[in-house]
Amino acid sequence: MKLLATRRRHPMALVVLLLVGLLLTGGAYALFSSSTTAKADEYSAADIEEGNKLFVANCATCHGMNAEGTENGPGLIGVGAAAVDFQVGTGRMPLQMHGPQGQVKQPQFSEEQIAQMAGYVASLGPGPAVPEEEFLNTAEGDAAAGGGLFRTNCAMCHNVVGAGGALTRGKYAPNLSEVSEKHLYEAMQTGPQNMPIFNDANLSPEEKRDVITYVREVSEETAPGGFKLGSLGPVSEGLFIWFFGLAAVIGITVWITARSK
Amino acid sequence: MTSKEHSGGHGGQLEELNGFENPGFAEHKPRITDSSPAAERTAERQIAAWFILSMIGTVWFIVAYFLFPVGETAQVRLHTMSVGLGAAVALFGIGIGIILWARTLITDAEVVEDRHDIAGSEEDQAIALEILEQAKDESGIARRSLIRNTLIAAVAIAPLPAILVFRDLGPLPGDKLFNTLWDTNVRLCKDIGGIPTREQLHPLKASEVTIGSAFHVIPENLVQDDPHGEGAFHALDEKAKAAVLLMRIDPSELNTDPEREDWGVDGIVAYSKICTHVGCPVALYEHQTHHLLCPCHQSTFDVTNHCKVIFGPAKRPLPQLPISVDSEGYLVAQSDFTEPVGPTFWEINTRETGA
Repeated sequence: MKLLATRRRHPMALVVLLLVGLLLTGGAYALFSSSTTAKADEYSAADIEEGNKLFVANCATCHGMNAEGTENGPGLIGVGAAAVDFQVGTGRMPLQMHGPQGQVKQPQFSEEQIAQMAGYVASLGPGPAVPEEEFLNTAEGDAAAGGGLFRTNCAMCHNVVGAGGALTRGKYAPNLSEVSEKHLYEAMQTGPQNMPIFNDANLSPEEKRDVITYVREVSEETAPGGFKLGSLGPVSEGLFIWFFGLAAVIGITVWITARSK
Repeated sequence: MTSKEHSGGHGGQLEELNGFENPGFAEHKPRITDSSPAAERTAERQIAAWFILSMIGTVWFIVAYFLFPVGETAQVRLHTMSVGLGAAVALFGIGIGIILWARTLITDAEVVEDRHDIAGSEEDQAIALEILEQAKDESGIARRSLIRNTLIAAVAIAPLPAILVFRDLGPLPGDKLFNTLWDTNVRLCKDIGGIPTREQLHPLKASEVTIGSAFHVIPENLVQDDPHGEGAFHALDEKAKAAVLLMRIDPSELNTDPEREDWGVDGIVAYSKICTHVGCPVALYEHQTHHLLCPCHQSTFDVTNHCKVIFGPAKRPLPQLPISVDSEGYLVAQSDFTEPVGPTFWEINTRETGA
């Protein structure tokens, strides 16, 4: 204490204090800043370089030479590796043609190439990273809690069991039963196309895992009520009754009233 | 009835009706079972077979009921399936058998049964009139005007108590349709489904709502341990009125009405989730087009233009909840909605909301 008291008017005291303060805040920031953002260091410089080449060759026409965006496509600075992994990994990007919404198709790139492009885009600005394994493990998730979250946040577009549904002007929310855990997570995190973004304040990583667990559970369980008819509710059930039920009624009526030979 | 006449008797009497000649019955063709005793016996056995199948169905129902007891989900399915199959075969067998019987064995000769005249005979009419006259004389209803008039009055007012009884179907909604739980400085909390306890409440900070996000929001005073007391406070009714969708949009994309300049926070806007058509939750938000779609009848609202209706049967825009940020950074309502939420009703302009 005496030492501090005597040195506190030393010309260097202010500098030392400033340094200590800066180190503390910087350290605290590094500790507390969300672990799901900005991890460009995951990717090596060579990967990023390779990703840049792939980007220029395949994406730059619409997204701009430096991913700054053009009138044909949005800028990608800050969308993060997760967005690239989702869009390219599900085959939505590169777009085959313009339309109300990008279609799922066979991915055009290998896992490695996708990771390189993701690394390049992640290096442009901080954004959500590809999710960690622990948040994709459905054995850890709570399907019941996930069901509640799903019904509040997702079911209005994706249907209560994730069978998908129509949106405005030709767009639609896709069926979720075949989507991988990683892509489900990334879709919530990045909000691809017209889907809203569900950031960690809205659905924490654990809650996202619960939602994924619920989607897996309902897409794998057998239907206790018999045929699901696509789980689309009154639309497919009504069509079935209209065509098969009414046809049977008409057939029986004709048989009853027909003259016997 | 003796008015039955078999087709043979009618065949020759062709009369003209509206310029068309009555063609009479088509020629009666005998069925195979009418002429061939062998075919008749086959048909008989077929019909009996359907009835026997029906019996098998009934027995199967009883056997299956005990064979597949209700337990796990998969067993319920097996149980209902087998029992239902039994019941279907039992009823279907009887039905098909009876129809087959009628088609093949019961006589199929066409028959005409003429209608009676609607008016009674003159004799009957005279008797009826006589009875009425007698009743008039004996009761003296024409003479005793006091009794007659009081009777008419009594019958006339007898339905009045029904008004009281139907009134009990109420009470009238009062101003319930005009007020929600939102009020000045009520925090916006995340909807976690159902009614939260006070510990489960998650008030939202403006910083948590990033661009492109959509949050389902309830007021912080919608909690299980509400001071309004049990009974007085119908939490789910209140939730149904207070449900709000919170979105953040790049402020440059918003066409904000000058009067509502301070109703949002840096592009964060809050709108009622209850459709103004028939009250479905409007929550299909597209974060690029900023369309809000109602899944029931496809009413579409444009969030960038204060949820103006751009498609579908809804008439009014979704009411906007004016919000601001409190000193701790939490989003709070500035007041209640300034117009009633949900479907339009007759008295919608008769009073002010709680705002």
